[in-house]
Amino acid sequence: MAFDDRSPIYRQIADRIEAEVLSGALAGDEQVMSTNKYAAFHRINPATVNKAFQQLVDDGILYKRRGIGMFVSPQARQQIRARRRKSFFTDVVDPMVAQATAIGIELPELIDRITERAKEDRR
Amino acid sequence: MTGSTVEVRDLGVRFGAVHALADLSFSLSANKICGLLGRNGSGKTTLLSVLAGYLRQNAGTATVDGDPVFENATATGKVCLVRGTGDASPPKVAVRDLLDYGKQLRPTWDADFAAELVERFELPLKCTPATLSHGKRSALGITIGLASRAPLTIFDESYLGLDAPSRYAFYDALLADVLAHPRTVIIATHLIEEVGALFEDVVIIDEGRVLLHEDADTLRAAGAAVTGEATLVDSFTMGLQVLGEKSLGRTKSAMVYGPLDDRRRAQAEEVGLELGPIALQDLFVHLTSGGSR
Repeated sequence: MAFDDRSPIYRQIADRIEAEVLSGALAGDEQVMSTNKYAAFHRINPATVNKAFQQLVDDGILYKRRGIGMFVSPQARQQIRARRRKSFFTDVVDPMVAQATAIGIELPELIDRITERAKEDRR
Repeated sequence: MTGSTVEVRDLGVRFGAVHALADLSFSLSANKICGLLGRNGSGKTTLLSVLAGYLRQNAGTATVDGDPVFENATATGKVCLVRGTGDASPPKVAVRDLLDYGKQLRPTWDADFAAELVERFELPLKCTPATLSHGKRSALGITIGLASRAPLTIFDESYLGLDAPSRYAFYDALLADVLAHPRTVIIATHLIEEVGALFEDVVIIDEGRVLLHEDADTLRAAGAAVTGEATLVDSFTMGLQVLGEKSLGRTKSAMVYGPLDDRRRAQAEEVGLELGPIALQDLFVHLTSGGSR
């Protein structure tokens, strides 16, 4: 099964759709799978899927077109990026620094690696 | 037709000196898929038998859409109970005739859907339940339960003897049919990991009483495993409901039940405690294993 029982499934669905928007797999104004199709495809209770989609509508990531379905908001990607940028340093960088310190990697070494990667990516 | 509501109040069932159910209460709104979990002998089958009108309670009430169930055709006509043991079907009647009974007895019966399920589960129409394998008998029960379109459809360990592909075929058929024809479904099961995602509600019963009735997703977030230095774990979990503990050297892991707010989570992080999720099945095990009693 694609979703696990260790955290609310509605949250896992919302995260997955956000990840698809971030990666560009779902573009702005693109229609998303209907809740029923999504429920049947992933073997999930339809009320759980509804809750996830409603959450995404409330967050401005999806919008409804009456009688047609749910679509990705044009500004969804920007919005998710802005939100994730805020939590990136606390969620990713801080634990990384903590782990590096714990195993004896000096911070300049870490910074060198990041600079190196940045150069590679620019090429 | 849509799903039925269920209301059970202070239900008691006694078998001689044994109290199978005691002061059991819960209610279910229409069109939900509800998972009924409980250990062996917790009273699941007794409860479901009362709901289907197979058994008369000694105390309390059980109603479907507000109508008392026992010896009341208005209520029992809306309920279809499928047992994993297959003991509800007469053993010497051919499958074809059993399906025909369903058609005659149930106004909501869908014969085309029944035929489709017979094909999907490869059920031999001419055979009788007595000559079917355990798995095929279960598939027959599932076929009857699904095709009944009963406003309250109950599957009591109906998967027994079914192989994994057939069980998934059952879950798929159930979900697709409930989406097209909303109704109330209760699934009693021990395969929590396998069907957990299908539930909107979860009812856990233990020793004949309701231990908890909760939204399934709320339950998935309701527990946490707190791991770290033993004294730190002890001071953090003070005042919380601890379901179980494990120690290894100076490290301790405690399963706590109840929501942890951001403040508590930050507290744990500050002192270096690790917070992990608890899967639904583990939560069930810890809630019912007696570790907390």
